[in-house]
Amino acid sequence: MTRALARQAGILAATFLGLFFVTFAIGRLMPLDPVLAVTGPDISDEIYQQVRAEMGLDDPIIVQFFRYTWQVARLDFGTSIVTRETVAADILRVFPATLELATAGTLIGMLIGVPAGIAAAVWRGGVVDAVVRVLTLVGYSAPVFWKGLMLLLVFYVWLGWVEGPGRIDVVWEGMVEPVTGIIILDAAMAGEWEMVQNAFGHLILPAVSLGYGAAAYIGRMTRSFMLDQMRQEYVTAARAKGLSELRIVVRHVLPNCAVQLITAVALTYGLLLEGAVLTETVFAWPGLGQYMTRAMFNADMNAVLGGTFVIGAVFVALNLAADTLYRVLDPRAG
Amino acid sequence: MSDTLPWRARLLSGEYASRREASLARFYLGWLALRRSPAAMAGLLIVGLLILTAILAPWIAPYHPDVQALDRALQPPSAAHWFGTDEFGRDVFSRIVWGARVTLYIVLLVAALAAPVGLLVGCVAGYLGGWVEVVLMRLTDIALAFPRLVLALAFTAALGPGLEHAVIAIALTGWPPYARIARAETLTLRRSDFIAAIRLLGGSSSRIVLKHIVPLCLPSLLVRATLDMAGVILIAAGLGFLGLGAQPPTAEWGAMLSSGRDYLLSAWWAATFPGLAIFIVSMGFNLLGDGLRDVLDPKHA
Repeated sequence: MTRALARQAGILAATFLGLFFVTFAIGRLMPLDPVLAVTGPDISDEIYQQVRAEMGLDDPIIVQFFRYTWQVARLDFGTSIVTRETVAADILRVFPATLELATAGTLIGMLIGVPAGIAAAVWRGGVVDAVVRVLTLVGYSAPVFWKGLMLLLVFYVWLGWVEGPGRIDVVWEGMVEPVTGIIILDAAMAGEWEMVQNAFGHLILPAVSLGYGAAAYIGRMTRSFMLDQMRQEYVTAARAKGLSELRIVVRHVLPNCAVQLITAVALTYGLLLEGAVLTETVFAWPGLGQYMTRAMFNADMNAVLGGTFVIGAVFVALNLAADTLYRVLDPRAG
Repeated sequence: MSDTLPWRARLLSGEYASRREASLARFYLGWLALRRSPAAMAGLLIVGLLILTAILAPWIAPYHPDVQALDRALQPPSAAHWFGTDEFGRDVFSRIVWGARVTLYIVLLVAALAAPVGLLVGCVAGYLGGWVEVVLMRLTDIALAFPRLVLALAFTAALGPGLEHAVIAIALTGWPPYARIARAETLTLRRSDFIAAIRLLGGSSSRIVLKHIVPLCLPSLLVRATLDMAGVILIAAGLGFLGLGAQPPTAEWGAMLSSGRDYLLSAWWAATFPGLAIFIVSMGFNLLGDGLRDVLDPKHA
């Protein structure tokens, strides 16, 4: 076990080094001259060289890389040229909105995907299985931003059942002191129930458009995990003993799928953080995705790379956490 | 039947006169298996339609995709404009038809860039083994743990928006799954007798990898590529939607969807139909990929 954990820690370190390298390399790909970006175009050669040396661009590339790694490891992503604040402070401000969205999406994905996957596996080849299969296929074939737009069109524009884009109505803006940064929680803690309701009305559509994709992925995984287990001999033995099908599924098959399911959910969460970038654009959701998109159009590379690193880091961490959990909890995994 | 179609009987007989006939028979049997799955055939139909539409775009599209006619802006679907017109009065249907070319171009280019890299990395790692394998596969695992869309986004943001840059960005993050599959296939082949026989005949490592192992990896790689295309289409459309992919006035589905979004309240068709096109084509690749996997690799069914 200790050896396995040490191994996972080594992989974590290597993967993060890779992530540092990739974001560093992307930063160097930029066709813009970083010196001119700071000084403006009209400078003498002398000053150019001086600024270049001050920025450390004369140092060997490997020195630059380790300096960059050291900075990012201390969460120093530089300053955003759009907001004129440090990228770290910006990300801290906008990230809760993205977390809120991704968490809501993952919850929806779990609540729909797991039961749907179980039902499809239990009634394999039947009507339920076919319906789940079609819905799943639609879920992972349709682009998330299109699903978002269609939901917006039907439920906001045509039916008017839910609130529109944004996180909260303007009236409520700044009414509650942010504690967690997650509006629903903050409002609930302040006892503002009408505000909770409003925030929920705003959250539901982006969460569903993300959650549908998550449900499709989780549902498909659940079905295949279940089918793998139901082929095992212990299921045949349980049937021979005369146990009811319900009891076999709930007491025997599901617990054996649990670890794999947790893994799948963790991976889904990472994917949703990524998907949030597109969904936020559709719903004007003031999260990390919108922050990065705006930064991109202003050639604000510090902000783009900071955001990429944060999403990448969470993604990598979730991936490895899921993998470690699987190895630690499941004695069958080597 | 077999009297009227002797080639068919010969292919199904199990005894082949030549190497070409044997491989032809394998394709034929695969085709028969694929044909039994309605889902796979639907996928094949969609992918086939995409290719045909891309090739025949100038003859299918009733209007020029880029010519503006502001007096006909944002007209709802009608007999003259099946999918309505966009904010510049361009025919949405014609633009979707021409957009098939862009989509096909992206998909083919990404496959042509990412698959060979992955194939080579995987085959070399699997065949040579030892520290080469450890290093290459560790790199692959690291690359596989990265978020694909966000990295592609950052790459395109750094290189500058554009179709070619989007393709490069997607391909850069796309090779690891191919490497994993190629390695797994190579590992099962490495110890087989026919490889040992070639080595005894004096075949070099590069000859064995390139002429004997690579061709045998191709079927699994093809399945992977087909399934991968569904994801590539979504990522490319996402980049286009964010304005990082093909630039105006190119008729790219993601970009069309993005500009149609501004008119969602008054002209739902401008965003709906391009999205529908992305969805259907992505679904087609998913269906075909699933079907091919069932045929070529029955144990995963």
